[in-house]
Amino acid sequence: MYCYDEYDQRMIDERVAQYRDQVRRRLSNELTETEFLPLRLQNGLYMQIHGYMLRIAVPYGLISSRQMRMFAHIARKYDRGYGHFTTRQNIQFNWLKLEDTPDILADLATVQMHAIQTSGNCVRNITSDEFAGVAQDEVVDPRPYAEILRQWSTFHPEFAYLPRKFKIAISGAKEDRAAILAHDIGLSVTKNAQGETGFRVLVGGGLGRTPVIGSEICAFLPWQHLLTYVESILRIYNQFGRRDNKFKARIKILVKALGIDEFRRLVEEDWADLKDGPGTLTREEVERVAGFFTDPAYEVLVGNDFNLKEFVADNRNFSNWMKHNVRPHRVPGYAIVVLSVKKPGNAPGDMTDAQMDAVAELADRYSFGEMRITHKQNLVFADVKQTDLIELWNELSRLELASPNIGMLTDIISCPGAEFCTLANARSIPLSKLIAERFENLDFQYDIGEISLNISGCMNACGQHHIGNIGITGVEKKNHEEWYQISIGGAEGNSCSLGKILGPSLTFYQVPEAIDRILQVYLRERIDEGERFIDTVRRIGHTPFKDHVYAAGFTEESIKPDDKDAVVAAQYAIPFFSPRF
Amino acid sequence: MIIKNKTIIEDDWQVLRLQGQETAKEVVIPDGKIIVPLKVWLEQRAVLQQRNDIGVWLASDERPEDLTEDIHRFSVIAVDFPKFSDGRGYSIAYNLRARMGYSGELRAIGDVLRDQLFYMQRVGFDTFEPRPDRDINDALKGLKDFSEVYQTSIDQKQPLFRRVIRQGMDVAGSGND
Repeated sequence: MYCYDEYDQRMIDERVAQYRDQVRRRLSNELTETEFLPLRLQNGLYMQIHGYMLRIAVPYGLISSRQMRMFAHIARKYDRGYGHFTTRQNIQFNWLKLEDTPDILADLATVQMHAIQTSGNCVRNITSDEFAGVAQDEVVDPRPYAEILRQWSTFHPEFAYLPRKFKIAISGAKEDRAAILAHDIGLSVTKNAQGETGFRVLVGGGLGRTPVIGSEICAFLPWQHLLTYVESILRIYNQFGRRDNKFKARIKILVKALGIDEFRRLVEEDWADLKDGPGTLTREEVERVAGFFTDPAYEVLVGNDFNLKEFVADNRNFSNWMKHNVRPHRVPGYAIVVLSVKKPGNAPGDMTDAQMDAVAELADRYSFGEMRITHKQNLVFADVKQTDLIELWNELSRLELASPNIGMLTDIISCPGAEFCTLANARSIPLSKLIAERFENLDFQYDIGEISLNISGCMNACGQHHIGNIGITGVEKKNHEEWYQISIGGAEGNSCSLGKILGPSLTFYQVPEAIDRILQVYLRERIDEGERFIDTVRRIGHTPFKDHVYAAGFTEESIKPDDKDAVVAAQYAIPFFSPRF
Repeated sequence: MIIKNKTIIEDDWQVLRLQGQETAKEVVIPDGKIIVPLKVWLEQRAVLQQRNDIGVWLASDERPEDLTEDIHRFSVIAVDFPKFSDGRGYSIAYNLRARMGYSGELRAIGDVLRDQLFYMQRVGFDTFEPRPDRDINDALKGLKDFSEVYQTSIDQKQPLFRRVIRQGMDVAGSGND
């Protein structure tokens, strides 16, 4: 993975000093909270319900064991012993004190990490394919370009106060695993007929309040022009994006208002002045950065391990795990392992300090000391020898990180929700727990097959509910009850689509019952087991689902009387659910 | 007091802002060094162009292109930041310098605070009028927050990767240790 040189290191060290001074000025009231707000946000620091939340950048999700140990240290020393992996491949700590944050950033700088631009109206952390470099369907490794974009966007002077936040995702495989159609800029690295590398550039996608699928602004941009072209897109957005209404300030609104053709005309007019100028990438720089992403020292192995086959036949738990959590690797004898941070009963994406330390140890032993954080809030060991799989599975089982549910119903994406976040209308994590426990039976999950269920506590869509096959959004709190909307038909990947709302909103305890009914319709209507949930929805439409969900009404029995008080807003003070409680 | 070319100096330019009922067409421009709103310049151009002590300032929603060929007659152009979080002024400054070739004084006015100065100087501002309730000596420190930058802008025409020889994997060693 990328390793800082003296320039990278100097810049983050100077950032720590700058931030330390900003915190000092805030604590002495030299800065008002209004003035401090955008400064702390550009350092990933939010004021949440319980205190300050720090979002640390994990560039394109790639992390070393040493960095993971630093997260464990931060969780132990400054937080309550756990962290939360996010849908943007970052990590958040929820229980920090403002006065500790400069020290935390200083600690992070010692392992080449930071929280720069993980929030605020600027270019955010670049996200990418969690299987980059090892996927069998990869055309070009996106990581060098992701790192080049990281450096270019870091402290960009002109684009630090954009109308709204700006997210760039990059993918280099045939199947899109980075949701590039749902980002402000989506990049697909590819090769043209002549074998030259370039980018398909998409613009104006995004979720949030107004979900939009991105439009193609350039079908093939030669690799040299990546930074200058992105610069022009941002300059047009910075000048013309709306600033009068926060909810209409994302670039998608501008692209819609102008139309993609007019937007492209403006970008290309601006770009004419930059094209082939000094901002153009050089082959030397791309090769230098790509040099950090070469293959680890793979052994030459034969493809199939016979012991493994035998063990698969003998052990159902292991064979389930092999089937659902292990992916083929482009190098013979190796495998990609997805660590499930979705054990039913635990908060999706939450990991304790002990788990982090243990995972770092396992990464050293089995995967060249590196791992990835996925946008589905799981972890990936990208380079595991097949002959190590049994041992690794045993270790991960002990750590509760081997639930064989990747891509299944209980592999739920969830934002932190109203227990932590000031924006949320309703809780997400306890709802994900309720759903996961109701459908925990693995045979049932395997019968349902591939499905995604995404939960956001509000329309800002951190849980990416629009692109979940089943999406749940917290819409309001009234009469001490939380209300959720359910949508179906969303999907990510190459056939990305946005879910449509099924009907009137439901209460916390009605949601699992509604999901049950949705699944009943699927089981009844599917052609055979090969037809996935999303395919059935696309074939038969929403109506059969809607009719069945709302036909029977919801009785009070679906509300557990004992827990009814749990949804009273005042009780959020102590989240009733997290690994620590 | 203002910051100009990284030094605190006395300043005798006055910024004129339209008050209450005043209109761009009718407002009376007093004698002395005055920086007038773009609208005033456009409305009263015939008279004002006779003077050599007139500067112009742009609001964040105005376009520098509206100055057309007049741009080179000004010894000072200012860009107003109605609030520091309105980042349009950065692109206005960039366009004035890079696209329109303006080489005179470029001044940041309005909600100008220490923590934005570093970025402002990068996009071409050379003069800053920090908000009057703030210590100008303190603001000056903001210009020195960083000693190195990655990307091109007005102050730095070459990106870091073209300016220096950066370490590659061979020198840096394995990232796994």
